Amino acid sequence: MQHRVLWQKAIVEEIIDETPRTKSFRLRIDDRPPFRSGQHYDVRLTAPDGYQAQRSYSIASAPESEGVIDLTIEIIESGEVSPFFHQVVKVGDEIKMRGPIGGPFTWTSDTGGPLLLLAGGSGVVPLMSMLRHRSAAGSSVRTALIYSARTTVDVIYRDELGNFESEDTEVRSTITLTREDDAGWTGERGRVSTRLIDDALAFLKTTNAKVFVCGPDGFVEAAAELALAAGVPFQSIKTERFGPSGT
Amino acid sequence: MATRGFFGLRRPEPPREIPPGQYFETGFPTLTAGPTPRVDTDTWSFSITRAKSPLATWTWDQMMELPQEKITVDLHCVTKWSKLDSEWKGISFDTLLEAVGEVTEEYVMIGSYGGYTTNLPLDDVTDGKAWLAFEFEGEPLERNHGGPARFLVPHLYLWKSAKWVNSIELMDQDAPGFWEASGYHMRGDPWREERYWGD
Repeated sequence: MQHRVLWQKAIVEEIIDETPRTKSFRLRIDDRPPFRSGQHYDVRLTAPDGYQAQRSYSIASAPESEGVIDLTIEIIESGEVSPFFHQVVKVGDEIKMRGPIGGPFTWTSDTGGPLLLLAGGSGVVPLMSMLRHRSAAGSSVRTALIYSARTTVDVIYRDELGNFESEDTEVRSTITLTREDDAGWTGERGRVSTRLIDDALAFLKTTNAKVFVCGPDGFVEAAAELALAAGVPFQSIKTERFGPSGT
Repeated sequence: MATRGFFGLRRPEPPREIPPGQYFETGFPTLTAGPTPRVDTDTWSFSITRAKSPLATWTWDQMMELPQEKITVDLHCVTKWSKLDSEWKGISFDTLLEAVGEVTEEYVMIGSYGGYTTNLPLDDVTDGKAWLAFEFEGEPLERNHGGPARFLVPHLYLWKSAKWVNSIELMDQDAPGFWEASGYHMRGDPWREERYWGD
């Protein structure tokens, strides 16, 4: 079962502007290995003098998308790799990548649910892969997403999330905004809370949900604590933390 | 071959060479696969075991009576960051091993509150290479970084330095721990860039 994770050539096929701070990069990889939603790829950039920088980015697309993966990358202005992706990379460019990588923070439709997905900012990316996989696989696993973003324009995949909810009564998508000044926003406001978690668990009709939490460290810490306090078993909670320097 | 248009920011510049594929980090990011366990020093215990039977067990107070060392080490996380010159206080694993007599096993499995495990060759945790650490930068180790006590094996990738450590099993044969079973390297030497299976 052990296999090498080899560097492969990926060609940028499409660049999608998601929000002012995030872009998705559709990368075509020959003989793309199968992956599970929640896994990530490593990318490696090489300067003319041989200097290299590597970073890990979560896969946003569903495993069902043949031959390609989408990476949704948030720009960290002071960073080294994300500004390169946002400002330099063009369609047709070649990027060295290897993956998929990661095991515990993964979900496949045959492992069932119900699912509670807790996203902070760009932490929604690997959870979006799970939602896209759920839909592509025709899964009816009951799923609740709570997605905390700063403002409406920062919400990634907003239309698609809305469609998942409107087209499937087994999906509940709750967006809560922490810094939205616009009075026109009628959705939830503030950080993820006991009430939001309790509402989601009520929708799932159990506290014994499979919980995936992803986002900045502070968000993950707080959200995992709330899930524990709401009665979700410790071992049912999987976390992925994007460090403060996830550049 | 170079990546079109990439020259590298290379800032901040590390004061000395760091392992390949790493970048210099001045903060201290946290990475954990689950919630942060709550571990109380009143009920904390630590054991060295053979076939899961304790050969030696310490309470927190007993542990704190053992000789302590201050160490300054570099940390290398497989998620690509390296933190240099971090200051720790801990107890050498050599000191702990003295309590169990002769050891013929060649591998260990570190176990933690919360269920985390990671495997290591015995040679990588003896002769002054590994510590049970409980102070960071002069302060009690914070929960999110593994407090009250974590394992510290700074010459290997940081996933080997298990947080919230509570046991060390002596093993005749190597076996994969939590990340090692999911594609991460069995040894994890950052200077050889042993990140994943086959590296």
